[in-house]
Amino acid sequence: MAKAGNDAAFVEFERVQKSYDGETLVVKDLNLSMPKGEFLTMLGPSGSGKTTCLMMLAGFETATHGAIRLNGKSINDIPPHKRGIGMVFQNYALFPHMSVAENLAFPLEVRNIGKSDREAKVKRALDMVQMGTFGSRRPAQLSGGQQQRVALARALVFEPELVLMDEPLGALDKQLREHMQFEITRLAHDLGITTVYVTHDQTEALTMSDRVAVFNDGVIQQLAPPDALYEAPVNSFVAQFIGENNKLPGKVEEIKDGRALVRLDSGELIDATPVNVDGVGSKTLVSIRPERVEFKPDLIPEGAHTIEAQVLESIYMGDSFRTRLRVAGSDNFIMKSRNASGQTRLSAGEKITIGWSPRDARALDPL
Amino acid sequence: MKKTLILTTALASMGLAASAQELTVMSWGGAYGVSQVEAYNKPFAAANGVTVNMVDADNPATPIKAMVEAGDYSADVFDIELSDAVRLCDEGLLEVIDHSALPDGVDGVPALDDFVAGSLVSECAVPNIVWSTVYAYDTTKFPNGGPTTAADFFDLDAFPGQRGLRKGAKANLELALMADGVPAAEVYDLLATDEGVARAFAKLDTIKGSVVWWEAGAQPPQLLADGEVVMSTAYNGRIFNAAVGEGKPFQIVWDGQIMDFDMFVIPRGNPDVALAMEYVAFATGSQPLADQAMYISYGPARLSSGPLVGLYQDGKTEMGPHMPTAADNLGNALVNDFEFWADRGTELEEMFNAWLAG
Amino acid sequence: MSDSHSIAPNTASAETAGPLKTADGKPLKVALARAQARSRRRAFLLVAPLLLFVVITFVVPIFQLLAQSVNDPSFSRAAPNMVEWFAQNPDAEPDEAAYAALVADLVEMKKNRTAADAGTRINYELSGSRSLFTSAARSADRMEAPFMEAMLDKDEKWGDPMLWQVMRGASTGFTINFYLAALDMTRDAEGNIIAAPEDRQIYVKLFIRTFVLSALIMLTTFILGFPVAHLLAVLPMRTSNLLMILVLLPFWTSLLVRTTAWIALLQREGVINSLLVSVGVIGEDGRLSMIYNQAGTVIAMTHILLPFMILPLYSVMRPIPPSYVRAARSLGATSFTAFWRVYFPQTVPGIAAGGLLVFILAVGYYITPALVGGASGQLISNLIAFHMNDSYNWSLASALAALLLFAVLVLYWLYDRMIGIDRMKLG
Repeated sequence: MAKAGNDAAFVEFERVQKSYDGETLVVKDLNLSMPKGEFLTMLGPSGSGKTTCLMMLAGFETATHGAIRLNGKSINDIPPHKRGIGMVFQNYALFPHMSVAENLAFPLEVRNIGKSDREAKVKRALDMVQMGTFGSRRPAQLSGGQQQRVALARALVFEPELVLMDEPLGALDKQLREHMQFEITRLAHDLGITTVYVTHDQTEALTMSDRVAVFNDGVIQQLAPPDALYEAPVNSFVAQFIGENNKLPGKVEEIKDGRALVRLDSGELIDATPVNVDGVGSKTLVSIRPERVEFKPDLIPEGAHTIEAQVLESIYMGDSFRTRLRVAGSDNFIMKSRNASGQTRLSAGEKITIGWSPRDARALDPL
Repeated sequence: MKKTLILTTALASMGLAASAQELTVMSWGGAYGVSQVEAYNKPFAAANGVTVNMVDADNPATPIKAMVEAGDYSADVFDIELSDAVRLCDEGLLEVIDHSALPDGVDGVPALDDFVAGSLVSECAVPNIVWSTVYAYDTTKFPNGGPTTAADFFDLDAFPGQRGLRKGAKANLELALMADGVPAAEVYDLLATDEGVARAFAKLDTIKGSVVWWEAGAQPPQLLADGEVVMSTAYNGRIFNAAVGEGKPFQIVWDGQIMDFDMFVIPRGNPDVALAMEYVAFATGSQPLADQAMYISYGPARLSSGPLVGLYQDGKTEMGPHMPTAADNLGNALVNDFEFWADRGTELEEMFNAWLAG
Repeated sequence: MSDSHSIAPNTASAETAGPLKTADGKPLKVALARAQARSRRRAFLLVAPLLLFVVITFVVPIFQLLAQSVNDPSFSRAAPNMVEWFAQNPDAEPDEAAYAALVADLVEMKKNRTAADAGTRINYELSGSRSLFTSAARSADRMEAPFMEAMLDKDEKWGDPMLWQVMRGASTGFTINFYLAALDMTRDAEGNIIAAPEDRQIYVKLFIRTFVLSALIMLTTFILGFPVAHLLAVLPMRTSNLLMILVLLPFWTSLLVRTTAWIALLQREGVINSLLVSVGVIGEDGRLSMIYNQAGTVIAMTHILLPFMILPLYSVMRPIPPSYVRAARSLGATSFTAFWRVYFPQTVPGIAAGGLLVFILAVGYYITPALVGGASGQLISNLIAFHMNDSYNWSLASALAALLLFAVLVLYWLYDRMIGIDRMKLG
């Protein structure tokens, strides 16, 4: 649905750089373009530049270089209060000296919206987040989840076209967080709001977003829909950062028909898909998701190279088994197998042969 | 109630009581304090093998009442003004000192006849110096000749510039009347009437806008040196020290000087009263009194000390002419009437405060 | 490990044994109360020394002060016969018996050396009475009946109805006359309360001046302190700690050093004036009077009290996250609106605490106005000091101090009503 709208860039970063001290760049040459109605998440470890990007978009930080455009207009020189962007803060930033209703009325008041109009909008926004009866409370009298809803309502009450969220669920417990993830995405889609969401929680990013921008070191490593990020990471950082991942270091011996033959540092040969390698002879890190590793001979694709492994431990996870293997000299190779009917459990010390479809092994940059 | 006050004050102030072989004198500090250390304390300590400490106060009479009521003596001997000595003696806060037991003068005259007439008025105090409130000016500010009379102090046209006056009624009202032409002998009689008080305040009104008010004796020489005032009332010894001792261009105007006495007193109930008595008798002997005049220009209270007064410590300045009691300086001099101030002080100070705030 | 094993069964048995003792659970409460009483006792013992200290050095003296302000027994103690006569003749003019009592008391006063004391007490309200008592006491034992005539012969002032009115007032020891005096009021010969003579009215004027100047100082410390506190609150900890040292510097400098510095800076021939003259802003004759007047008091006290404003402000500003103002901005508020509607209200407890602190300290300040206040910069505390140290009228000093205390308590009450004392943040 999100993608169905206007594909012309609604939010645009063009060659944006940001430095605080004049010596190092926290954001390096950022280019990003978002269509209207998209839910985009900026994901990355702390210090990766994602929050800085959000703050530049909100207007609390100025870009050292480059242009930020909203709806086609450069907003570099527009002060935050004229950008008309709703924002939800990490600690909610509900004004403690105002009641919930006053908090919501605030953006309407500063826009000189009449009292009756104001009250109607406040009521509608509170109802929207199921907080209709809490208008007269002070923020301190609310639970964390309730404050979250109020903060959301406040960011939406003046009907902005763009909403920014800076780790808004970070302070909530797991169950509430999952519930709110759902609420936020539902609201965003129902209202057709363009959303930029910042988080360091990959589950959140994957479940909520239309697209995810993975940040590291001031650079967007990959900008893609969640499934593509998981299935087809373009470099080792993304492969590492999103989901669980096995990595096998080696050297490319041969590339043929979209297949690479990689000689591992420990000597074995394996098959992989060349994604991010310089060519034959270059170093690479082969990335394989644990659930794509097979040990039953009949599940290993024909003709694929196999590799010897020793079981170190096998953990029963209910729906699956999680087996730690010694593979190619590493003790941290994880294999995840579905707890299918009649599945046998591997025992420690057992020697097995593992393999995978070359499609699932991606030869990436060596980090 | 008094008892609880005593208890709490004692607990609150828990000072170290002076031991038997230690004596503490509270005086006014500055050059005057130095003169007493040199002329009284050091010889007394050497002769009796005791330690004599000196502590300073803005007015040593102030703590005596509380000290006696609390029974906590942070000092044993106090150098206070005559009016305070009379008042504190009347209130029974001081030890009685037998004047006839004081040593004879060096010339053999008995003590009772040796002290300056009118100075042995309180049975609780022994006079020590004659000092005087005078006014002094900065000679560099008046190259064509400075003021010479009390009236000149109030003449802003002939001698423009800021004046320094002590913040209080005492001495200022007398000076105002003398400047207004009242002979010294009639000043207190006139000041006892409402007209006299009004006349004194009216005279002060003429310079009120040009006055810097001082409180501590050390301030006037400083105000003169800083150029804050061109003339100021002051204690004569302070000006002498700044002028002769430090070479400041200050000149004293003796016309209209108001003389007063400083007295040694001992608070009642002091455990070290015997040693304190010994100290007072020693310090007010002919020679120590003459010796202190080497350091500051306050006149000795004993007549027999007069001939013994020599040169200033610089070895060349004759002290005689700098004494308030020098014949040349007594032309128009007033002796402070302690009884008048004991009686009318409260009212006049109150009026003065009201006048000042108005 | 073994410990936790052994505890577990015990707890279990206690739980099961509890209901067996009583059905209503009272023993549990008793046990709890006993346990809490023990910890309360321990807590009390911990604060006991301080409590004792405060009671002895603060609470008791305040009650003494209040007692002293309505009671000066120096006359009533010294004149028991007069006290008796006044008690027996509530409205009568002084007769021979009164004068006889007076003479009898004067004889006693001479013996006990209390004439000056008693005279001083009367002198507070009727100037010139002190010597009346001391001289009369000297010759009292030679007086012969009829005493009325003898006394009036000695000094006709003894017939003054005002004197008898004052003595009557002093004969009870307890009196509100000191409060009257502290409010520029007095009594006439009939005992009616009237305004004091105009040339002696000073206290009301000084109370007003004290409050006005204190309010002004509060305002200047606020105006100067608010931006500084804000800067300290938003700077990184390390920088702000460094700046905080500068803010606290006045605390570490002796009062006299500070005052001397102000004198050197502000006086007519001082640094600032000389600078202005040399730059040509003012002429040699136009040197500003910035010290020894109200300006001096305000400047010096603002400097000294500034930290008391900055610290509470800082303590409320530091925990205000920048996201509040950002949120306000993102919601469409200009930076001024964001400051005024969102930031400022959150600093109100600090402003109120700092303001209250500065105001109350300023109201009681005494040394600084004495040194740099000149004539027009005197505050009521200087008059209290005057009556403590110079006039020795401690009862009047107590009455003035009690009024000041009362005013401060009213302020606290107002503060509590308007802001709430529990919201005060002092740092």
